[in-house]
Amino acid sequence: MEDKTKEKVKARVMDSRKIKRVLHRMTTEIIEHNRNLKNLVIVGIRTRGIYLGKRISAQIKEMENIEIPVGVLDITLYRDDFSELESQHMVKKTEINFSVANKDILLVDDVLFTGRTIRAAMDSIIDLGRPQTIQLLILIDRGHRELPIRAHYVGKFLPTSKREIVHVRLKEIDDKDEVLISEPTGIK
Amino acid sequence: MKLLIKNGRVIDPASRTDETLDILIDRGKITEVKDKIEDKDARVLEASRLVVAPGFIDMHTHLREPGQEYKETIKTGSRAAAKGGFTSIACMPNTQPVNDNRGTTEYILSQAKKSAVTNIFPIAAVSKEQKGKILTDMADIAEGGAVAFSDDGNPVANSQIMRRALEYSKIVDTPVIDHCEDKQLSEDGMMHEGYYSYLFGLKGIPSTSEEVMVSRNLSLARKAETPIHLAHISTKGSVEFIQQAKEKKIPVTAEVTPHHLFLTDASLKTYDPNLKVNPPLRSEEDVQSLMEGVKKGILDVFATDHAPHAFDEKDTEFDLAPFGINGLETAVSLILDRLVKKNLISISRFVQMISTTPASIFKLENKGNISPGADADLTILNLHKEITVDVNQFESKSRNSPFHGWKLRGAPVITIVGGKIVYSLQKH
Amino acid sequence: MPFNQKHLLGIEHLSPSEITTLLEAGESFLEISTREVKKVPIFRGKTIVNLFFEPSTRTRSSFELAAKRLSSDILNFSSQSSSVVKGESLKDTVRNLEAMNVDTLIIRHSCSGAPHYVTTFCQSHVINAGDGPHEHPTQALLDAFTIKQEKKKLENLKVVIVGDILHSRVARSNIFLLTKLGAHVVLVGPPSLVPVEFKKFGVDIDYNLDRALEKADVIMMLRIQSERQQKNYFPSIREYINLYSLNPKRYRRAKKDAIIMHPGPINRGVELSTDLADSAKSMILKQVEHGIAIRMAVLYLLMGGKEREIID
Repeated sequence: MEDKTKEKVKARVMDSRKIKRVLHRMTTEIIEHNRNLKNLVIVGIRTRGIYLGKRISAQIKEMENIEIPVGVLDITLYRDDFSELESQHMVKKTEINFSVANKDILLVDDVLFTGRTIRAAMDSIIDLGRPQTIQLLILIDRGHRELPIRAHYVGKFLPTSKREIVHVRLKEIDDKDEVLISEPTGIK
Repeated sequence: MKLLIKNGRVIDPASRTDETLDILIDRGKITEVKDKIEDKDARVLEASRLVVAPGFIDMHTHLREPGQEYKETIKTGSRAAAKGGFTSIACMPNTQPVNDNRGTTEYILSQAKKSAVTNIFPIAAVSKEQKGKILTDMADIAEGGAVAFSDDGNPVANSQIMRRALEYSKIVDTPVIDHCEDKQLSEDGMMHEGYYSYLFGLKGIPSTSEEVMVSRNLSLARKAETPIHLAHISTKGSVEFIQQAKEKKIPVTAEVTPHHLFLTDASLKTYDPNLKVNPPLRSEEDVQSLMEGVKKGILDVFATDHAPHAFDEKDTEFDLAPFGINGLETAVSLILDRLVKKNLISISRFVQMISTTPASIFKLENKGNISPGADADLTILNLHKEITVDVNQFESKSRNSPFHGWKLRGAPVITIVGGKIVYSLQKH
Repeated sequence: MPFNQKHLLGIEHLSPSEITTLLEAGESFLEISTREVKKVPIFRGKTIVNLFFEPSTRTRSSFELAAKRLSSDILNFSSQSSSVVKGESLKDTVRNLEAMNVDTLIIRHSCSGAPHYVTTFCQSHVINAGDGPHEHPTQALLDAFTIKQEKKKLENLKVVIVGDILHSRVARSNIFLLTKLGAHVVLVGPPSLVPVEFKKFGVDIDYNLDRALEKADVIMMLRIQSERQQKNYFPSIREYINLYSLNPKRYRRAKKDAIIMHPGPINRGVELSTDLADSAKSMILKQVEHGIAIRMAVLYLLMGGKEREIID
């Protein structure tokens, strides 16, 4: 097995200012796209989707003075690769304290890769009720999709090799905002 | 055919012998014991660096024949005995049918004559069908060959019957043996009652269930002035009662098994049914007391309580498994390793407790000693032989030993019964 | 803190942090049972067997719902409807079930150590759903979970457990769990049913219920079986009620916010008065509700991921 603890940073593709600008741009797109903003709810995918979701909610409040509720989704119990996981994944709470029925759901995650997380998230949301629409917001789309999934709002398209690792760091939990590409230095 | 055992360290507690001597055997008897015997006609058995002892006698085995030959037979049980260093074994009456009459006693002896490689001494029941109600015809059965009387696992609960049995046994001059247990107190218990039974959730057998009966038996023996032998003593309280009784010269002897000396109730954490035995494996404190009892001579005899059970009977839930440990092939090595090697008891004391004293309790005058005229039953030991207990190598039909895999130092290497070598370890 | 056990046979051998992991996971699963669609797909295609050799409604249904809410298939096997009555051994029964490629066995058996014995010859995960008077780990977990939900902690709480301690697997598992997590446990009952040796488990013993209830945070009542009276563990049910039944008058001796628990089924009017059983202080139905969340958490943590297979 590859030792994933050892890796080398190849590039810093976004910094705090860039992330802020991108979120601002995507918020504008959301407002443009959703005529009935009051029907919109945000669901952030654990862990960094939550903070991105909260930032967008705050931005909408600033721009339109509308409160958009933010829910938290843990997709562990919906994963399709569960029995192949190498280590146990602690289940955390799903905290969606509003009905999703007939709502326009804005699903938020940090990185879009194979698409499997989003598939799991959509299944999970649909089990909670029948939403009007589900839209997807992603900070980084790094390609390599394995399922027919595409984001409505993309912060940045970032072509990567499968080997590379994309780290999104957010100051709420990581002390600073940045996006890095790195590569494992272990066995090739 | 004469047999000459040369240069062995002869241990014979009966004559207080512990020296290098030669032993000459002719026609099943010991004919000469002295330093340097020469006999051109005799086959010579070199025994230097080996211990030569009077043949070991197990006062407490279960041979299961007649009735439960799938567990053990007289043939397989006696082969197990020979391998374990025993030249004589006394078998308990809980066969099917119960050995409560002269016919069954004689049947066992005739089967033994046909198939056994060691001496077999039947112990007959005290009461008909071991039911504790009607005494057996003790005189008749003793004449038929029984060496003692016991209801063993179904001990005589009624004190009046026990009193009568002790009184009546004066006629036959054979001892009564009692498995001391108050079945009301044991109820459906299956391990020693105490911290570990509460921890493991297994129903307990309290120490008192043994001790009240030890105490009763000692009172009865004192009154009747008849010897009583107490089987497999397991608790501290029992050891104390026996010590007091001996101080008062009550004619009591008592035995202890290797499993009660070397295992405790804590080992049951594995729920291994091979550890299920009655009396149960007791606490560390009881084990310490039993050790003291052995060292101080309060306990007189090592016995195995060899209780073979078929594999499937023991491969089950702990509650459902029968009581009993397979003991003939492990007892001697266990005691040599755990007591003799560690100098807790001397080799002479060991031989006394496993040969001399059992012979005297059973009144077998020609056994349990090495002197001219005695039966040529000898157990030869190598105190340095390292063995690993392997139940798959057992001569016994059954495999129910909790000692599987134990590495022990000291083992029986040659067993001679009536002048004939019935067992010999390849490399001794 | 990962939970690296292949089986759940009891509480006694678990570390405090493993117990905490199980309790925390229970929190995540509690919410699922309140959803419109009470089901997550995680164990699609897995097979869990309820192997019950003793009658049970609560525990068996609770495990069944827990398994179903995780999308597992579940097979209910009880001794009354099986070949056990024809004399098939436990080993053969389990081996036959395993031949049907099951993933987890949930075992309730009247013999202590039976689940432990099963692990010596089977490959599946084994969960002890109560073995003789030995342990009932998921009951203790759901009880601790309930206490934590109400009291927000376990440390330094005074928990009084009343009744037939000697024969109770619920009492044992609770004693092990609560003492490991720092609660002060007091056992109460007639001396014949509360052996002094239990003190070695780190608990206190009191034969006087009134005295023991002083400053109690949690009162856990156990079911008393009339069989015990027949065996003279106590002289009569009447005397037992006089001494050890929890009634409103006695309850007032405990702390104001003391909660009442019972693993069920209750003998109303015997160990617990009806008005208390149905009062706001009674956690009995909450315990049942939490049972499902805890059992989902147990199934998830035992069956999830590959790690245990490597370690084992």
